[in-house]
Amino acid sequence: MTGMIDVASAGGAPGVHSLWTVAAGAGDKLQAPSIEYGKLSPTLIVLGAAALGVLIDAFAPRRARYGAQLFVALVGLAAAFAAVIGLAASGAGTTEAQIAGMGALAVDGPALFLQGTLLLVGIVGVFTFAERKLEPSAHGSRVDSFAAQPASVPGGEGETQAVKAGWTTTEVFPLLMFAVGGMLLFPAANDLLTLFIALEVFSLPLYLLCALARRRRLLSQEAAVKYFLLGAFSSAFLLFGTALLYGYAGTVSYSGIARVVSGTDAISDPVLAQTAGNDALLLIGGALVVMGLLFKVGAVPFHMWTPDVYQGAPTPVTGFMAAATKVAAFGALLRLLYVVLPGLRWDWRPVMWGVAILTMLAGAIVAITQTDIKRLLAYSSIAHAGFLLAGVIATSKDGISSVLFYLGAYSFVTLGAFAVVTLVRDAGGEATHLSKWAGLGRRSPLLAAVFAVFLLAFAGIPLTSGFAGKFAVFKAAAEGGAGVLVVIGVLASAIAAFFYLRVIVLMFFSEPQADGPSVAVPSVMTTSAIAIGVVVTVVLGVAPQYFLDLAGQAGVFVR
Amino acid sequence: MIGLLVGVPLLGAAVLLLGGRRLDRSGHWLATLLAAVSFVIGAVLFASMLGEDAESRAMHSKLFSWVPVEGFQADMAFQLDQLSMTFVLLITGVGTLIHLYSVGYMEHDPKRRRFFAYLNLFLAAMLLLVLADNFLLLYVGWEGVGLASYLLIGFWQHKPSAATAAKKAFLVNRVGDAGLAIAIFLMFTTFGTFAFAPVLSAAGEASEGKLTAIGLMLLLAACGKSAQVPLQSWLGDAMEGPTPVSALIHAATMVTAGVYLITRSGAIFNGAPDAQLVVVIVGAVTLLFGAIVGCAKDDIKKALAGSTMSQIGYMILAAGLGPIGYAFAIMHLVTHGFFKAGLFLGAGSVMHGMNDEVDMRRYGGLRKHMPVTFVTFGLGYLAIIGFPGLSGFFSKDQIIEAAFGKGGTEGWILGAVTLLGAAITAYYMTRVMLMTFFGEERWRKAPTPSPAEPDVEPAAETRGAYAPPHPHESPKIMTIPMIVLAFGSVFAGGLFKAGESFVGWLEPVTQFEHGHSPVSATAVTAATIVALVLGVGAAYLQYGRKPVPALAPRGSLLTRAARRDLLQDDFNHVVLVSGGTHLTRSLVYVDNKVVDGAVNGTAASFGGLSGRLRRLQNGFARSYAVSMFGGAAVLIAATLLMRAV
Repeated sequence: MTGMIDVASAGGAPGVHSLWTVAAGAGDKLQAPSIEYGKLSPTLIVLGAAALGVLIDAFAPRRARYGAQLFVALVGLAAAFAAVIGLAASGAGTTEAQIAGMGALAVDGPALFLQGTLLLVGIVGVFTFAERKLEPSAHGSRVDSFAAQPASVPGGEGETQAVKAGWTTTEVFPLLMFAVGGMLLFPAANDLLTLFIALEVFSLPLYLLCALARRRRLLSQEAAVKYFLLGAFSSAFLLFGTALLYGYAGTVSYSGIARVVSGTDAISDPVLAQTAGNDALLLIGGALVVMGLLFKVGAVPFHMWTPDVYQGAPTPVTGFMAAATKVAAFGALLRLLYVVLPGLRWDWRPVMWGVAILTMLAGAIVAITQTDIKRLLAYSSIAHAGFLLAGVIATSKDGISSVLFYLGAYSFVTLGAFAVVTLVRDAGGEATHLSKWAGLGRRSPLLAAVFAVFLLAFAGIPLTSGFAGKFAVFKAAAEGGAGVLVVIGVLASAIAAFFYLRVIVLMFFSEPQADGPSVAVPSVMTTSAIAIGVVVTVVLGVAPQYFLDLAGQAGVFVR
Repeated sequence: MIGLLVGVPLLGAAVLLLGGRRLDRSGHWLATLLAAVSFVIGAVLFASMLGEDAESRAMHSKLFSWVPVEGFQADMAFQLDQLSMTFVLLITGVGTLIHLYSVGYMEHDPKRRRFFAYLNLFLAAMLLLVLADNFLLLYVGWEGVGLASYLLIGFWQHKPSAATAAKKAFLVNRVGDAGLAIAIFLMFTTFGTFAFAPVLSAAGEASEGKLTAIGLMLLLAACGKSAQVPLQSWLGDAMEGPTPVSALIHAATMVTAGVYLITRSGAIFNGAPDAQLVVVIVGAVTLLFGAIVGCAKDDIKKALAGSTMSQIGYMILAAGLGPIGYAFAIMHLVTHGFFKAGLFLGAGSVMHGMNDEVDMRRYGGLRKHMPVTFVTFGLGYLAIIGFPGLSGFFSKDQIIEAAFGKGGTEGWILGAVTLLGAAITAYYMTRVMLMTFFGEERWRKAPTPSPAEPDVEPAAETRGAYAPPHPHESPKIMTIPMIVLAFGSVFAGGLFKAGESFVGWLEPVTQFEHGHSPVSATAVTAATIVALVLGVGAAYLQYGRKPVPALAPRGSLLTRAARRDLLQDDFNHVVLVSGGTHLTRSLVYVDNKVVDGAVNGTAASFGGLSGRLRRLQNGFARSYAVSMFGGAAVLIAATLLMRAV
C-alpha cells in the first residue's frame, strides 16, 4: 500500500500497478520495489522448488531424477506449508493482514487459509503422482501413470522405444509445483493483472499435465487440447474484462476499482476521460472477469470442458486439478466479488443466482445418466461448484468462511475419490466404466467402503465433511436472503444423492462381473493419499467445529 | 446414594450380560446379592428418612444434566419421597425374595445367567421409574420395564407361544407408552417442563381441558402397564414366562407402575374430575372383568393372572377416587405385592412338584404332599380374599369404604361393584385352593381327551403310557421366600392400618381426605365379610362338596366366554387386527400407486432430462466454445438488464 502511494506521488499514473508504471515512467528515477519476502515466502518457496525441479530434470541423470524430484517437491511444499502456518500464527491472517508485493498480493485470512489448503492438496497430489506400483513394470522399470515420452506419437515407434527403455516423465513434478505456485498466487492476487498472470501460471502446467496419460494417450491429448483452447478463450474473457475495468476506473488494483465504484476516488487521468466512470464498461468488464473465473470453477454455461478433461487426463492429474483448481478459483472469485465488486452486488447477485441454480441442477441431472466414473465425478464437481456459488452469493462473512470450509472439505474428498479410481484396474489400465465396478464390495470390501465414505461425503450425508460443508454453505446462503437458492440446492443434492448411492448399491449389492477388474495394491504413496482423504472426511464430519472456527477467523478480506 | 439404588442392579445386569460364560456358575448368586444390596440401601435410606420430619423427608439427588437445551431441561435426577420409598422397599424386598426363589426354580435352565441378568435389569428399570424426578426420566424407566418384561416373558423363546406372548405384551404396552409420550408432550406444551415439582405445583393453574387430556393420556399409559381394560389382553399370555417372572411382574414391578403413575400425577387428576371418573370406571370394569376371567380358568397361573387384573382394578379405582383413595391404592398395592408374590411362588412350587403341569383339574389333594407350599399359599389365599385380620382384609376394606365415600349415586355403584368384586374374589380363590390342595388326587389317573373342547390338543403323555407325577415339596431356597412372603401377607395390613400409620406416612405426598361415607365403617366391614362368606360358600358348594371333573365341562355361555378371556382377543382381532390389516393394505396400495408413481415419475423425468442434456455434450471444442460465448452474451445481457430495471 505504502509503495503504491509513494509511486503515485512520484508521478506515475495513479493506481496503476507500481511495478509497471515505474518501468514506463520516462526519466523518473528507478525506484527499487519493496517486496515483503517473509509475507510472500510460501509462494516463493514453491516457485523456487519448481525451478529447482526444472534444473534437476535438465542436469540430473535419469535414474536419480525420480527420487530427487519427489524430495524437492515434498520438501518445498512442506516448507511452504510451514511458512503459511508461521504467518497465520503471527497474525498475518487476522490482525496483521496486509497488502504485500507493492499492492500485487494480499496476505490475509482467506489467502492464507486457501494457500494452506492448496499446499496440503499439493502434497497429497504429489503422493498420487509418485505412485509407481499400479502400472505393470515396463521391462524391469517401475513406471507411473504418465507417458514414457510425451513428445512421441501415440502408438508410434518412439513411444515403443521409450516404453521399452522404461522411461518416465519426471517433469510432472516441476509442472505440478508451478501449478501450485500459480494457484497460491491466484486467491491472493490483489490486482487484475496479477490475477491474470497467476491464472496463466497455473493453467499452462495443467494443460500439459492433462496430455501426459500413459494409457489412452489420444483421449488424453484430445482433452489437453480442448482444455487449452477453451482455457485460452476464457483467459481472453478475463483479459478483456480487465481492460474494460481499467477503462472504467483507471486502475487495475482491486481496492482502487472498489473505491471508484463507491465514488470515493475520482479519476483524474485525462487519457481516460472518454471512458472513466462509464457504468457499461464496469458492468461488462466485471461480468467478463467473473466469467473467466467461472470457467475455472466449472460453472454452467462454462462447464463443458470439465467432463471431457476430467475423463481424458491422467487420473492423478484429474484428482489434483479437480481439488486444487476449485480451491484457487473460488478463492479468486470470492476476493473479486467481495473486494472489487461489493458495490455492484445488486447487479451481480441475480445473475449469479441464475448461474448457481443452473450449475447445481445441470451438474446433478446430467450426472444421472453417466456411465464412466470419472465423468460422473466431473459432473459431481460441477454440482458442487453450484453449491459453493450459493455460499459465495451469501455476501456475508459467514458466506466467505463457509466457502473456505467447504473447499477444504471437498478437496480432500475429491483427491481421495480419484485416488481410489486409480486402483481399480483391468488389462487396459484403469477400469472406469461403471459396469466394471459392480460387486466391488464383495471383492475388496475395504476399498469399496472407503469409496462409499467419499461418495457419502459428496452426497452430504451427516457425519461426513460433505454434510458439514453443505450445511455451512446453505446456512450462510439462507441467512443472506437466498432461501430459494437453498431450496433448489437441497433438491439438487437429493438428485445428486441418487447417483452417488447408485454407485454404492452397484458396489455392494450387485453380483461381481466374471471378467471384472482387480484392485491393485498401491504403495504407501496412494495409500496415504486415500487415508488422508478418509481421515479428513470423517474428522471434518464428526467434529467440524474447530475447522469451522478456523475458517470463521479467516473469513475477512483485507482491502 | 439414591443413584446406587438403580445403579447396583443395573451393574448386575451389565456384568451378567457382558461377562459371558465364565459367570454361568456364579452369576445367579451375584444377581441375588446385588438385589439384596439394593434392598439394604433402600432400608438404610428408609431408616434415615424416618429420622426426618414428615414434611422434609423427600430427598433429591441430581446425577447430571441429561438434555441441557435452553427451554428444554431434563436432568438425570432422582426424587426419593415417601411414595418412592414405599415402592423401593417393595420392589427390592419382594424382588430379592424372587431372585432367591429363582435360584432354585431355574437351577437346571441352561440360560440361567441371562435370566438373572434380565431380572436385575427389571429391578433397575422399575427403580428408575419410581425414583425419577421428572416424567421424561420416568419414561426411560417405563420403557426399560417394557423391555425387561419382553425379554423375560419370552425367555423360553424356543416355545412359539412364549415368543408370541412376549411380542403381544410388548405391542400392547406400546399403545400405553404412546399415551405416556403424548402426556409428556402435553405437559411440556402446557407447563414448559416435565419435572414433577413444577408440573404438579402448577397443575392447579392449567385449564381443566388440558388437565383432562393429560390425565386421559396418563390413564392410557397406566392401562398398558397395569393391564387394565382395554389394554389388559397381554397379562394372561404373559404367564408363558417362567413363574418367578410372573411373580415379579404381578407383585413387585410392572403392573404396579400404572398405579404409581396415577398416584404420582395426583395433582393433575385432582384438577380433572372427568379424567378421574374415567379412571374409576376403568378400575371398576377391570375389577369385575379380571375376577370373572379368574373364575373360569383351569390354568392355575392364568387364574392368578385374572386375580391380579382384578386387584389392580381395585387400586386404579381407589386412585381414581382422588385424595380419599391414593393412600389406600398404594396400601393395597403393597399388601397385594406380598400375597400375590406368595401365591405365584406357591403356584410355581406346585408346578415344580407336578412336572410343570398347570391345569388345576390335574391337581387335587396336594396339601399332604406339599405342606409348606400349602400353608404359605393358604395364607396368601386368606389374605387376598380379605379374611379378617390378614393384610388383604385391611387394605381392601379401606378401598370399599372409600368407594362408598365417593358419595352420591356414584359412591353406591362403586361400593356395590367393589363388594361384588370381593365376593367373586373369594369365590375364585377358594376354587383355586380347593382344586389344588383338596379333594381327590386327580393326577394319579391318566387324562382323557376332552369331549367338551375338542379343539384342545391332547397332552403329550396321553399318547404313551401315563406316568403320574410325584408331587414333592420344593427345596428350601424356594420355600424360604414363600414363608417370608406369607408373613408379609399376614401382618402387613394390620401394621399399616394400625393408627393409620401408612396413610400418615404417605400423606405429605398424596394428601389425604376422609371420604363421607353414607354407610358406617362397621356396616361396610360387615358387608365385606358377608360377601366373603358368600363367595367362599359358593365355591365350596361347587368344588368342595362335589368331585371336580378331571375334564372341564362345557359350561355356560358366560363360562365359555370367560375361558376365552371374555372374548378380548377376539375383539382385538376383529376390530384392531383385521381393521389394521385393511388399513395397511389400502395404504400400501396408495403407496404403490400414488406415492411410488409420483416418485418414479419424477425420477424418470429427471432421467429423461439427463439423457437429453447429455447430448449437448457432443465432444466438439467448437460447440463448447459457442456455448461459452452464448452463455457470456446472456450473462452480460442479464447484468445490463438488472441495471436497467
